[in-house]
Amino acid sequence: MKVLMFGWEFPPHISGGLGTACYGLTKGLSKFSDVEVIFVVPRAFGDEDTTNARIVGASDVYVNQKRIALKGFAQELSLVEVDSLLVPYTEPDEFYRITRKYAGRTWRTFTTQHFEGKIPFTGGYGPNLFEEIRNYAIVASAIACDYDFDVIHAHDWLTYPAGIAAKEISGKPLVVHVHATDFDRSGGNVNPRVFEIEKQGMEMADKVITVSNWTRDIVISRYGIPPEKVITVYNAVEPLEEAEKINIRRGIPDKIVTFLGRITMQKGPEYFVEAANKVLKKMNNVRFVMAGSGDMMNKIILRVAKLGISNRFHFTGFLNGDDVYRMYSISDVYVMPSISEPFGISPLEAIQSNVPVIISKQSGVAEVLNHAIKIDFWDVDAMADAIYGILNYPALSTMFKKYGRQEVDKLKWETSASEVRNIYYSLLYRN
Amino acid sequence: MKTICMYFQVHQPFRFRKYRFFEIGNEHYYYDDYANESFMRKVATKSYLPANKILLELIKEYGSRFKVAFSISGTALDQFELYAPEVLESFQKLAATNSVEFLSETYSHTLASLINKEEFLQQIAEHDEKIEKLFGKKPTVFRNTELIYNNEIGDWLADLGFKGVITEGARHILGWKSPNYVYASATNPRLKLLLKNSRLSDDIAFRFSNQGWDQYPLTADKFVGWIKAMDPKEDTLNLFMNYDTFGNIQPKESGIFEFLKAFPKEVFKTNQLSFSTPSEVIERFQPVAPLSIQYPISWADEERDVSAWLGNELQQEAFNKLFALRNKVLQCNDPQLKLDWKYLQCSDHFYYMSTKFFIHGSLYSYFNPYNSPYEAFINYMNILSDFEIRINQCAESSDQMIISAQEEKPEDKPKTKRVKSKSTVETKDTSNEKTKQSRTRTSSRASKTKEETSKKKSTAKKITVKSKK
Repeated sequence: MKVLMFGWEFPPHISGGLGTACYGLTKGLSKFSDVEVIFVVPRAFGDEDTTNARIVGASDVYVNQKRIALKGFAQELSLVEVDSLLVPYTEPDEFYRITRKYAGRTWRTFTTQHFEGKIPFTGGYGPNLFEEIRNYAIVASAIACDYDFDVIHAHDWLTYPAGIAAKEISGKPLVVHVHATDFDRSGGNVNPRVFEIEKQGMEMADKVITVSNWTRDIVISRYGIPPEKVITVYNAVEPLEEAEKINIRRGIPDKIVTFLGRITMQKGPEYFVEAANKVLKKMNNVRFVMAGSGDMMNKIILRVAKLGISNRFHFTGFLNGDDVYRMYSISDVYVMPSISEPFGISPLEAIQSNVPVIISKQSGVAEVLNHAIKIDFWDVDAMADAIYGILNYPALSTMFKKYGRQEVDKLKWETSASEVRNIYYSLLYRN
Repeated sequence: MKTICMYFQVHQPFRFRKYRFFEIGNEHYYYDDYANESFMRKVATKSYLPANKILLELIKEYGSRFKVAFSISGTALDQFELYAPEVLESFQKLAATNSVEFLSETYSHTLASLINKEEFLQQIAEHDEKIEKLFGKKPTVFRNTELIYNNEIGDWLADLGFKGVITEGARHILGWKSPNYVYASATNPRLKLLLKNSRLSDDIAFRFSNQGWDQYPLTADKFVGWIKAMDPKEDTLNLFMNYDTFGNIQPKESGIFEFLKAFPKEVFKTNQLSFSTPSEVIERFQPVAPLSIQYPISWADEERDVSAWLGNELQQEAFNKLFALRNKVLQCNDPQLKLDWKYLQCSDHFYYMSTKFFIHGSLYSYFNPYNSPYEAFINYMNILSDFEIRINQCAESSDQMIISAQEEKPEDKPKTKRVKSKSTVETKDTSNEKTKQSRTRTSSRASKTKEETSKKKSTAKKITVKSKK
C-alpha cells in the first residue's frame, strides 16, 4: 500500500510539535513492510538540495524528489519537496510577517492542465497565505497525477486543500490528520477563512484522525463532523537515548519551575505567572522560567514586573535543540497550562528527562498520562498548589520519576502508526 | 449444626476540604462539611436507616434466634451525632434487643497498628469507651481497620484481654485450610481468630447486582442452598461486609433489602443452621489449628495485604510523617488538635493516594473524592504541614506554661485561641463540649436542621462527645 502524505518538516529542519509528530508517525509507518510513504513537504527557504529537482506538470514550481534513508527508518523514504513558502504554525498575519522578506521575489505564474481545461494561475501580488495554500494544492494535484498511490494523508489545515485536490484528481480515499484546530489556536475566536478550509478538509475526508479525544470532541461539535468518521490516534514520543541526556550543573541552589512553549494565548502563559506569584508568596528558594517566544511575551514581562517578581521570574527566549534538554535537566517541575492543547508532546519529553509535570486538563496528553498532576488551566490556585506540593513533598518527585518514565516509554510511534495503518486498510477494503 | 456469623462494618471518614498551600499556617479547619454531611445523609437514608429497620423487624420476628454484629468506627459515630442522630438512635434500639453485638475497633479507623502500638491501644480504649457509653456494653471481640492482622497485633490484643479477633480468610495464609472454622493465634493460643469467608461475603457485597455474573440473580433461597451444600463438619460461616452494601453499594432496586429480609427465613427453614454473634462463635467452638501470620493481611484487593494504603511512596511518606508527630501531640492538651490528630489517621486518606487507582479504577474511584492520588497526597500534606505548625506552637506554649506559671490553668490559652474563628452558634457550651464546639463550623443551615431534628433527644447525646484530659 502506498500513501501519499502531505506533511511538514523533515530532519534537520524540525522546529515544533507538528513536525515532530509527522516525523514520528512516518518513522513508525516505515516499520510496516506493507506501507510505503511518499512524503510531500513544502520547502520555503531555498537551502535544500535541488539536484533532483524537476518541474511538476505544467507549472514552474520546482519539485525535488529523492529517496532518503533515515536513521531509525526500516525502509527508505520517498521525499518530495515542493518549492513553497508554506510554514507550519502560521496564521495569516504571522505568515505575512515571516514572508515579507521575500516580497521582492518574482512571483511564479503557472498553468496546470490537470484540471478540466486550463486554469491559469497567476501570482505576483505579494505573499498571501491563502494564495500559497492554493498554489500548493495545485502542485498537489500535479503530483497526484504523477505518482501511484492508494491513500492520501494530509496533516493539518494548510495541506487539506492539497489533500482534497489530490483526491479529486485520483479518486483515492483521503485521511486528514487534525493536529490542531483554529479553536485551539485562537481561543474560540476563529478566523472564518481558516475555519472554512479546516471544515472543508474534514468534510471531504473519508476519515478524520484526531490526536486526542479533546480534539475529537472539537471536530465533532464545532465542525459538525459525524462522530463515526472521527478516530483518535494518540501521538507518541521518540525514546530518548541515554547519550542525548544532558546533565548540567545548575548555578543556583534554588528550585526551578519551567514553562516551555510558544508564549501565545493558546499556551496559557498568564496563568503560569499568576501561579508563580502565589508560590513566591509562600516560599523563596524557587525560580520560575518561561522559555520560548511569542506574541504575548511583552504582556507577560509587564505583568511579571507589575507583580514585582522579576527577580524570581526569568525569560530565556526561544530555545531549540539541546537547549531544550538543558532546560529540562535543571528543572524541578514542568508546567503546561495550555488553554486548549490538542496533544502536547513536550510534557512527555520533560518526563523523559525525569521532570515531574503539571498539565492542564484541557490537553490531549492528559488523556494518556496517569502519573502527572492535572489541573484546569484557569485554576491558578490548583496550579500553585501542585507546584508547591512537588517542590516541598519529595515523595512526589520520587513517584513521578519512578512511574512517569515507565508510562512514557510505553507510548510508541509504532503503536500509533499501526492504528493509522488500520485506518488505511479500512478505507481500502470498505467496499 | 453450622452457625452463620454476620458482622457489618460501619465507617465514614471525615473527608478533607480542598486545602491549598497558601492556607498553611493561616487556616486550621480541614473538613469538607458539605461533603461529609451530604454523604452521611445519603448513606443514612439509602442504607443505614432502612437496613436497621429491617434488622429490628427480623429480631422482633425471630427473637433471639437472629443475631448480627456491628463494628462502628468512632468517626462514623461522630458523624451520626453531627449529621444523622436518628441513625444512632436506631442502632441503640438494635443494641437494646440484646441480639446485636458491637465490636471493638480503633476510634478513627486508623492504621496505627502498623506503626505505633501505643497509639493503637489508646484508640481502642477511646473507641470502646464510646461504644460502652452509647450501647451499654464493652466489646469483647476486636476487629481492626480493614481487617488488618498479624501475629504481633494479635499479641497486643490478647494482652488487652480480647477473646477473639476478626480478620480476613486470606488465601495465601490459609492455603488448603477452610475459613469456616475457628482458628487460634500461633503466638497466643488463647486468642481465637474468626476468618471472613470471602467468596460468600463478596457474592452479596460485590456481585449481588452484577448482571454479568453467572449466578445472577442471587436469591436468599439459592444462597442458603449454597450454605447447605457446604461441608457439614464445618462450624461457622463468617459473612463480613460493609454495612452500606445494603442500599448503597447494592442499590435498593437490586432487591438487596428483600434478600436481607428473606435470608433468616430461608436459614430457619433448613433446621440445620443458626445465627451467632462473633463472641458466641468464639465461646462455642474450639480452634481447629493455630494460624501464624507474619506479614499483615487485610480484606482489600486480590493481594489481601496493606498495599492499598501503604503500597507506594506517597502513602508511606504521608504515613511516616504523620506518626512522627505523635510525641508532640501527646504534649498538647488542645482538644481540637487531638481531634484533628485522630481524624488525620483515617485509613481512607491513604486509600485515596493509592496508585492502584489507575489499575482498579472503578472500585477505587467509587469512594474517592480526588481525581488522582497525587491530588490526594498534596492536599493531605498541605493539611499535615499546617497541623505540624500548630503542634509545634502548642508544644512550645505548653512548655512555656509549665515553666512560667504553674498556678494558671494550663488549658486556657489554647482554648481561647482556637475558639475565635468558630462557635458562634453554641455559646452556652460547657467545658466538656470542647470537641463538639470545634466542629460547629458546619454551615449554619446544617446545624439548624440538625438542631431541629435532634431537639427532643439532644441532651443525652451531647455529653457523649466528651474530650478526655
